[in-house]
Amino acid sequence: MLDADFFRRWMTATAASVEREAERLTELDSPIGDADHGSNLHRGFTAVAAVLEKEAPDTPGAVLVLAGRQLISTVGGASGPLYGTLLRRTGKALGDAAEVSEAQLTDALRAGVDAVMTLGGAAPGDKTMVDALVPAVDALAESFAAARAAAEEGASATTPLQARKGRASYLGERSIGHQDPGATSAALLIAALATTADTEAADV
Amino acid sequence: MKMLINVAESVVADALRGMAAAHPELTVDVENRVVVRRDAPVAGKVGLVSGGGSGHEPLHGGFVGPGMLSAACPGEVFTSPVPDQMVRAAAAVDSGAGVLFIVKNYTGDVLNFDMAAELAADEGIRIAKVLVDDDVAVTDSLYTAGRRGTGATLFVEKIAGAAAEEGQPLEQVEALARQVNESSRSFGVALSACTTPAKGSPTFDLPAGELELGVGIHGEPGRERRAMMTSREIADFAVNAVLDDMSPRNPVLLLVNGMGATPLLELYGFNAEVQRALTERGVAVARTLVGNYVTSLDMAGASVTLCQVDEELLRLYDAPVRTPGLRWGV
Repeated sequence: MLDADFFRRWMTATAASVEREAERLTELDSPIGDADHGSNLHRGFTAVAAVLEKEAPDTPGAVLVLAGRQLISTVGGASGPLYGTLLRRTGKALGDAAEVSEAQLTDALRAGVDAVMTLGGAAPGDKTMVDALVPAVDALAESFAAARAAAEEGASATTPLQARKGRASYLGERSIGHQDPGATSAALLIAALATTADTEAADV
Repeated sequence: MKMLINVAESVVADALRGMAAAHPELTVDVENRVVVRRDAPVAGKVGLVSGGGSGHEPLHGGFVGPGMLSAACPGEVFTSPVPDQMVRAAAAVDSGAGVLFIVKNYTGDVLNFDMAAELAADEGIRIAKVLVDDDVAVTDSLYTAGRRGTGATLFVEKIAGAAAEEGQPLEQVEALARQVNESSRSFGVALSACTTPAKGSPTFDLPAGELELGVGIHGEPGRERRAMMTSREIADFAVNAVLDDMSPRNPVLLLVNGMGATPLLELYGFNAEVQRALTERGVAVARTLVGNYVTSLDMAGASVTLCQVDEELLRLYDAPVRTPGLRWGV
């Protein structure tokens, strides 16, 4: 079972990973976007880590709802509402249980990803974060490691696609040949989840 | 890359502090990033709030003042502001007559303003929204995020601002803003990429001797790259692109807008060619504005915006305006 502390560590691990990869995300955002994805997410997840350090909610759902709200208030752009909605809706779906199972997390994350697709109007294949998140949720039923691999594969698979949502869509065919920065950061979020689970297992 | 900044993280806050010092007629909340006209809320007047990423100055903070915006929320560079800023701005300017959000069509701006509209409504503020999407370089289809909002934003803010200043009700101000957007089309070209403070190097690589056609205002590449053309050829290309998408029967407002790094010497010369191209196509120009109004940091290049006006829109466009970036009739 996964408790509030697990989710707090997941968010902290994501913040660390985003900090390490911020430059690469911004680099990916240059040719097809506006070169700020890394710095924006870095600002947001730094704020998430700070607020979770200050107040530690005692349920998994509350951790994610707080993290999501913090992202909406600090990130801006499309990433703020989209990542904010992903975490808030996942958190809400977890309810106020003190501990949740991996199966419950999978269902909740699926609800979060559905909310992202509704908000942004994107479907798999549009070259967005959805291309990493959807296969990740499908694979999460199997294991955390499988989810990590599926997310990374999904992110890589955005390279040959033509963007149909977000700012990269303005480039038309010229968006082809670049890995989507949003799918890449989504893979970091899932990888941080798997890392947190690994650490958990190692601790036991 | 050399820039006149301290550190990338503080460029927006530093600019707002400087703006506050230069314009005591504005209330600048540096911490929460909201620029408000000092006399807000004005009794009985609809509030006009716009916002978007920084880096487009004077848009939007420079268009706050009597006759135009009531408040603006600048986001990080090229990043939309967050809902908290928009709600704060709406609350600061609402006199009970309601607030119009003027939103440029970018995914981030749309999502954040949508969230803000819900939150403001929860606080009892009447909110209307108008989306600006005038850029003909983007095909408006299921397969894109839809047309970008660019130069027409200035016309929407000016004309809706004049209507609000006269005390027109929210529904009417909203309808006028929508009419201005639907009557406007733009097309932009870049002669260089721009450099964001966060990245510190040009956002795309544009070799000497080439230009990008159909660019937006975020340093993103355009739809097509070609060998550099003369001012006359670029003017013909831009005017044709705009007129392929609209057939003005009335005179138009013309904005020849600089992207930030093109001097007025070039912009005025470009304007001469745009005017010639319009005359050749039988389009009469009622008013012309030439300058850097909707910029992309240090990008070189220009955009052309046409707005077809009737007598009422022209009257509102001519109405007095007193803001840092646009000022006449006062």
